[in-house]
Amino acid sequence: METSVLIVGGGITGTAIARELSKYEVDIGLVEKEVDIAFGGPTKANTAIIHAGYDDKPGTLAAKLCPRGNVLWSRLASELNIPFKRIGSLVVALSYGEVRVLKELMERGRANGVGNLKIVEGKELSKMEPNLNEEAVAGLYAPSAGVLSPYEAAIALAENAKQNGVSIFLGTKVTGVIVEDGEVKAVQTNNARIYARFIVNAAGLFADEISSMAGINEFKITPRKGEYIVYDKDLNGIVNHVLFPVPTPISKGITVTPTVDGNIIAGPTAHDIEDKNDLTTTFTGLEEVLEGACKLVPELSIRHDAIIAGFVGLRPQPTTEDFIIESYREPSGFVNVAGIKSPGLTSAPAIAEMVVDILKRDGLTLKGKDDFKPFRKPIAHPIRDFHPTKAERLISKNPEYGHVVCRCEYVTEGEIVDSIRRGATTLDGVKYRTRAGMGRCQGGFCTPHTIRIIARELGISVEEVTKRSDNSRVLPYSAKQLLLEGEEE
Amino acid sequence: MIERRLDIVVIGGGAAGLAAALAAKENGVDSILIIERSEELGGVLPQCIHTGFGLHYFKENLTGPEYISRFIKKVQDSGIECTLETMVLNLTLERQILAVNASQGLMKLQAGAVILAMGCRERSRGALCIPGTRPAGIFTAGTAQRLMDIEGCVPGRKVLILGSGDVGLIMARRFAMEGAEVKGVVEVMPFPGGLDRNLQCLRDFGIPLYLRHAATFIHGSDRVEAVTISRLDDKGQSIAGEEKTIECDTLVLSAGLIPENELSKKAGIKLDPKTGGPLVDENMETYVENIFACGNVVYVHDLVDHVTQEGEVAGRNAARKILGNLPPLKRRISLKAEGNIRYVVPQIISAERPLTLYSRVKRPAFNTKIMMGRNITVHKRVVKPAELVTIELTAERLKDLEEEEKLTVNMDTQ
Repeated sequence: METSVLIVGGGITGTAIARELSKYEVDIGLVEKEVDIAFGGPTKANTAIIHAGYDDKPGTLAAKLCPRGNVLWSRLASELNIPFKRIGSLVVALSYGEVRVLKELMERGRANGVGNLKIVEGKELSKMEPNLNEEAVAGLYAPSAGVLSPYEAAIALAENAKQNGVSIFLGTKVTGVIVEDGEVKAVQTNNARIYARFIVNAAGLFADEISSMAGINEFKITPRKGEYIVYDKDLNGIVNHVLFPVPTPISKGITVTPTVDGNIIAGPTAHDIEDKNDLTTTFTGLEEVLEGACKLVPELSIRHDAIIAGFVGLRPQPTTEDFIIESYREPSGFVNVAGIKSPGLTSAPAIAEMVVDILKRDGLTLKGKDDFKPFRKPIAHPIRDFHPTKAERLISKNPEYGHVVCRCEYVTEGEIVDSIRRGATTLDGVKYRTRAGMGRCQGGFCTPHTIRIIARELGISVEEVTKRSDNSRVLPYSAKQLLLEGEEE
Repeated sequence: MIERRLDIVVIGGGAAGLAAALAAKENGVDSILIIERSEELGGVLPQCIHTGFGLHYFKENLTGPEYISRFIKKVQDSGIECTLETMVLNLTLERQILAVNASQGLMKLQAGAVILAMGCRERSRGALCIPGTRPAGIFTAGTAQRLMDIEGCVPGRKVLILGSGDVGLIMARRFAMEGAEVKGVVEVMPFPGGLDRNLQCLRDFGIPLYLRHAATFIHGSDRVEAVTISRLDDKGQSIAGEEKTIECDTLVLSAGLIPENELSKKAGIKLDPKTGGPLVDENMETYVENIFACGNVVYVHDLVDHVTQEGEVAGRNAARKILGNLPPLKRRISLKAEGNIRYVVPQIISAERPLTLYSRVKRPAFNTKIMMGRNITVHKRVVKPAELVTIELTAERLKDLEEEEKLTVNMDTQ
């Protein structure tokens, strides 16, 4: 197999690069070790914020790419047809001492080219956030901050990239990078060798390992663990903006924010760990998140009943502290896009532009495509959106859109089938594309139905349906099988 | 879009909804529609293939499917209209209902009276905040039961069950009967949550019961591999060094049911934070006129027999209301639960006629008394959270009731 550019990693960074490159006449491949886009790591579990761009130290790559990415997301989200809400963010000072930090952040914002920041106080602040801690003294308001769903974005980017000719290889893990005469030649994967003139390493938590395979050992990636909790949509409206405490030296602190889908999430914690696969939630983490969340919004302390889920995200924290986006004299053709921690989601479209520039500079001929298709058709969900006329039209064409399978999120069979036809093969894949199972009952009612629909659409047995990988079968045994085996024993 | 006017719309075709619709029909209303979101009538009962149903209502020991099929048959025979696989999307205080299904699309219904009978849902792992990984193999008891008894799959071979309520105990037996190894039933309280007769399920199969234990960690990255449980102290905190890691491939959660009132909340119907259901008066009418409620949507019942009876009250009164035969309550006395009483239903009574109140206690107690207001005392030999405590307001007792707008229902426990 041969491509001009091979991207390693199907997270938000890899898919954004793939989609950007798909605007040009060039052969592109993308490999992802997991069975689906966005399954790997940071993309599926983060705070889902499009940051304004005032946090990062001026002069860093993050400081340059974040504000640019913020601007690019408006057009990108509309082309991809994914929900994106610019709800604005507030960094909340809970004491007069902290107001100084707000001023510093505002200065930083100016240096980074984020000019529209303002400090709000008193009545204005409490009007913006009626449930904010009464001790809040002031807030740094950034109107350009927003929220979107990162996995939905990565999936949409991958779909659109595919529409424009990108080959995507799922379940394909890079096991080696082949370098000859100082040039990259190919990657070896568990499935096949894929030849490429350029290899773009967007492997998230594992970017240091892929980089080492190419002989570049200049950095390490440490997983920085962040725990989150998700609240029921019942709490929709308890906060209106992305709320941050004043930042700590290693993190932006525990935030409380509405999600683009109408839930509230709180988190993350920030603890450096060693295991890149450690996605375990903990009691102490939960307590830490609750404490942080209640500091901003005290009412949450009596709303434990509204918690519907907890999850963990790992940020790929590079030893260099900044994004690593560069190519090398040796091996030539190898581009690292590593250490894409926060604000990686925000920066992704700007990172993609930068990677295109690097590839051009390094000799890749990029001629724009005449027939680039920027628009992606979304999965229609008129029932969830409460759009009766659209629903009527769709149901008359396809009655499956009138059959609600997930009661909590109002997801119909039509949407689930569409998600499977677009590439979902697992329960989580359906969930990330449609929200079936993401609501307050967490799949209690819809799981058996969704399993049946997946089995039917993919032509596999119910026993073969998995949650997210080959080893995560949901119903490994039929009733008969277990009884028969019992007799044999 | 289909637009219809109906006298009574029943939301939910489980035990409560079926009984309500039948009672409404028997009391003279013909224009009735039952809306059910599943593919069959009966709610959870078709998957409850164990016995123990109907002991009170039919004086017979029936399985869930046997119990509910009697009502389903009656509904079919009486010609009451049912629409299956139909989801109610919205309900207004003016009793306009927006619903959808595959064959008819969207429908707008104007009901003279609405009977809420949406039942309840189970608490998920997320709501329980159990730490650990998020592998396949974690099921709520109801989901596991459906998978086994409707879909014909056994969700696991080595099973740990969380929660010793009736559902948890019955599922322990169900898994054991299917050939799975049930590693234990874990209960945070110092006493089992289910009825005595269901504890037999564990004794019969030698399944250990871990009282005063909590699940404190789930292991396994793809599929459940083990669950750590910890002994709890008197304050409910886990005791360091008293953990035990139990190897299993499946964790079944049976840790609480939540009345499913999303529609009620969206409509603006007032709920009781203690029950999680609408506040109802003795006619099972909510705070919104002509909207009635019954069954597990009001509070979580122990026995389907009571759900049926309550459905009949709601259905009868909804019919009387439609026919103009339900005079308003002369007095509206609101009852407030206190002390060891967690809640009492109905929350509004008139004291015009004898009535049975249902209450749930927080902790078990012996030789105790329930006080209603200052004048009424009801002695109870044993009370426990697993069993609803009934308070019979006989004509005699009602005479003693004070002329107050609010009364407390209290139980002191030493």
